[in-house]
Amino acid sequence: MLKTFPVGGVHPSENKFSAGKKIETLPLPKSVTIPAGQHIGAPTQILVKKGDAVKVGQIIAKAGGFVSANIHSSVSGKVSKVDDIFDSSGYRRPSVVIEVEGDEWLEDIDRSENLKTEITLSKEEIIKKISEMGIVGLGGATFPTHVKLSIPDGKKVGNLLINAVECEPYLTADHQLMMEKADEILVGTTILMKALNVNKAYIGIENNKPDAISHLSEKSKNYKGIEVVALKVQYPQGGEKQLIKAVLNREVPSGGLPLDVGCVVQNVGTAFAIYEAVQKNKPLFERIVTVTGKSVNKPSNFLVRIGTSTDTLIEAAGGLHENSGKVVSGGPMMGKALSRTDVPITKGSSGVLIFKEEESKRDEIKPCIRCAKCVSVCPMGLEPYLLMTVSKSQNYERVESERALDCIECGSCSYTCPSSRPLLDYIRLGKSEVTKIIRSRNQK
Amino acid sequence: MSKLLSVSLSPHVHSGNSVKKEMYGVIIAMIPAMLVGFYAFGLDAVRVTAISVIAAVGFEYLIQKFLLKIEPTVTDGSAIITGMLFAFNMPSNLPIWIILIGILVSIGVAKLSFGGLGQNPFNPALVGRVFLLISFPVQMTTWPKVNPMNFSMVDAETAATPLALVKEGLKNGDNLSDLMGKIPSFTDMFLGIMGGSIGEISAIAILLGGIYMLWKKIISWHIPVSMLGTIAIIAAILHYVNPQAYAGADFHLLTGGAMLGAVFMATDMVTSPMTHKGMLIFGFGIGLLTILIRVFGAYPEGVSFAILIMNAFVPIINTYVKPKRFGEVKK
Repeated sequence: MLKTFPVGGVHPSENKFSAGKKIETLPLPKSVTIPAGQHIGAPTQILVKKGDAVKVGQIIAKAGGFVSANIHSSVSGKVSKVDDIFDSSGYRRPSVVIEVEGDEWLEDIDRSENLKTEITLSKEEIIKKISEMGIVGLGGATFPTHVKLSIPDGKKVGNLLINAVECEPYLTADHQLMMEKADEILVGTTILMKALNVNKAYIGIENNKPDAISHLSEKSKNYKGIEVVALKVQYPQGGEKQLIKAVLNREVPSGGLPLDVGCVVQNVGTAFAIYEAVQKNKPLFERIVTVTGKSVNKPSNFLVRIGTSTDTLIEAAGGLHENSGKVVSGGPMMGKALSRTDVPITKGSSGVLIFKEEESKRDEIKPCIRCAKCVSVCPMGLEPYLLMTVSKSQNYERVESERALDCIECGSCSYTCPSSRPLLDYIRLGKSEVTKIIRSRNQK
Repeated sequence: MSKLLSVSLSPHVHSGNSVKKEMYGVIIAMIPAMLVGFYAFGLDAVRVTAISVIAAVGFEYLIQKFLLKIEPTVTDGSAIITGMLFAFNMPSNLPIWIILIGILVSIGVAKLSFGGLGQNPFNPALVGRVFLLISFPVQMTTWPKVNPMNFSMVDAETAATPLALVKEGLKNGDNLSDLMGKIPSFTDMFLGIMGGSIGEISAIAILLGGIYMLWKKIISWHIPVSMLGTIAIIAAILHYVNPQAYAGADFHLLTGGAMLGAVFMATDMVTSPMTHKGMLIFGFGIGLLTILIRVFGAYPEGVSFAILIMNAFVPIINTYVKPKRFGEVKK
C-alpha cells in the first residue's frame, strides 16, 4: 500500500504532456522586467536607478526586513526603467526593467557543471548564504527560505521533508529537474539537513513518476539519512499538511505550522536552488517553468531567467492559437489566470498553462443537490457547501466557527461539484473577511 | 495583445460531474429492479411505471412553466427518478387516477412547493406513497400475486405480502414456524418471486443497482450498510429471545421495502445527511424505526415512515455531526 493522506482528495486527469521533455535553456530575451517583490513578506528596497549597468547575479533590490528576500538581476545590461509595471497579479508593482547586453555574470558565481558535494559552510553560514541569495519557496508560495530555516527557541525539528510530489496536473518542472539534477537535489537536501541540524530527510514523490522515484532512490544511497517515499497519486498530496500526514502520520494542528509537529517542508526545486546558492554562490535568478496545455504545439520545460515575459515562453512553445481561451500561471488546480500575457516570470512561476476556449469557461451554476461530494473530498475535513452558504449570507461568525481558515484552497470541492458551484470562490471570500475581523479584534 | 483571455479563480479544471450524470446514473441503477417488476407483474407493472414517470415529468413541467413561471428543469432527470421510485412503491394493480393523485403530491407538494430539486426536506416519492397509503389503504395494500410474464389484460389474483401475512398471523395467535411455511422460500424472496410493490421484490436486482451506484460513486456505503445492519442485528436479537414470536434477520431484510429503501430511497442525496458519520446515524435511525413499526406498530411495513421520520432529523444531524477536522486541537 502506497502512503497517502487519509481523508478526501480527488484524482484529476494528469495530462503531463511535457513529461520527459529535456530542460531547454531559453535564449536570452532582449529585456527583462524584474518585479521588486516576488515573495511573501515585507517589500524590498530597490538599489538601482535608470542608466545603471548591472551584471548577472547582481543584487538590485534589498530585503526590507527579516521576512523578505533579496532580488538579483537575471541578465547583464542597462537599467532602462524603474517603474510600476503589471505583474501576474494584474496589478502594477514596482519593477526594474533591464535591456540585455551580453551575458556577463558576477565573477564569484561558479558556472561550471561540476558537482560539488563537500559542504564547507557552517549551519549559520548556510542560512546567511540562503538569505543573501534571495531563495524563496519555489513550490508557488514563495515564502523566504531562510525564515523557515531559522527555528525559534523552544521548537525542535526532527525531520526534513522534501516536497517532490508535484500533484498538480500538467506540471512537470520538478519531475524533469529530478531526472536531470538528482545529485544536486540530494546535496541541496544534505545542506538543508545541516542547516536544520536533523539527520533524517524524506523526499516524497507521487507514484505517477516511477522513473524519478527509482532514479532518486538509487542516487540517495550515496547520501546519508535521505529516504525516498513513493506516494499514492491523489490530489492534493503535495499540500504541506497532507504530505506530513502521509509520510510521517503526524497532523499539523489547526492554525499551526509544520514546525509544531517537528517538521520543515521544502520544495524539491528549492533544494536545487539551495545547492546552487550554497555550493556555487549563485543567486536565484532563473528557474524551470513548464509550458503546456492541450492546444500547445510543443509542451516544454524551459530554464528561464526571472523577468522574462510570459509571451516569450508561450512563443517558444508554439504560441497562442485562435482557440486559446485562458492562460494560467501555475497548475490547473491552484494556479492564477492571467489577464495579460506580457507579464514577467517570477520566482514562484512553476508553469504556464494554456487552455482552449472550450476549457476556459465554467459550467452553468445549478442548485446544490446536497450530494455531499464536497464534504467527502475535502482533505481538511471541512464542509464546503456549508462554508459557501454562510459566506454568501455574510454570517462571518459562522464562517470562522466552521473553520474556514483551515481551508488550504486546493480546489477539490469546486472541482468535484456536480452542480458546478463556485464553492472555493465563496470560501476565499469568507476567509478574507474573517481574517479582517480577526485582525481588528486583535488590535483592540 | 490581440486576444481577450478568460480570467477566473482556481480551480481551472472540473471533474465533469453534473447533476444530469448523477441522476441518469441512478436511473440506470434502477433498471434491473424495474425489469424484475415487469417480469413478475407483467403489463400492469409497465403501465403503472410508465404512467408514474410520464406524470412526474409532465406535472413538473406544467407546474414550473405555468404556475411558478420558471424555466422547467425536467431534463435534469430528477423527476424521472421520482416517477420510477414512486412506481417501485406501488402495487401493480393500482388505478390510474390514484397514481395521478400520488404523483401530484410527490412533485407538486413534496418537491416544488419547497423550491425544487435540492430544497425538499422529504423524499418526494415517499411523501406521495404515504399520502396514498393513508388516503386509500385498501387499494394500496392489495398486491397481485406474482404471475411471471403475464402480459394478458386479465385482472390478476391478489395475495398478501409475506410481511402482512406474518403480521396478521401472529396477531391471530398463529405459530411463527407454521407461518414461515406459508411464505415463499428465502431463495425466492432473494430473487424476487413474491408479492409486493413493483420495485421492491427482488433483493438481488436492487443490490446490483446499489453496486453500480457505489462504483460510480453516486452513493456511499454508509446509509445502506448502517440501515440494513441495524435491521439485521435487532431482528436477530429479538428472534434469539423468542423464536416463536419474532421472525429472524433474513426475513426482515428480504421482505417489504427494506432493500429498496436502503439502496434507493434512504440514499436520496437531497434528503440524507452530508457527513459520513451523519449518514451512519441516519441509517441506524431508519433501521431502528423500521423494526419497531414492523414488530410493534400497527402497519406491517415501516420503511417509508422510518425514512420520512429520519428525513426530518437531517437538518439537526447536519448541524451537530461534523466531519473529523484535520488537525483538530483538543480543548
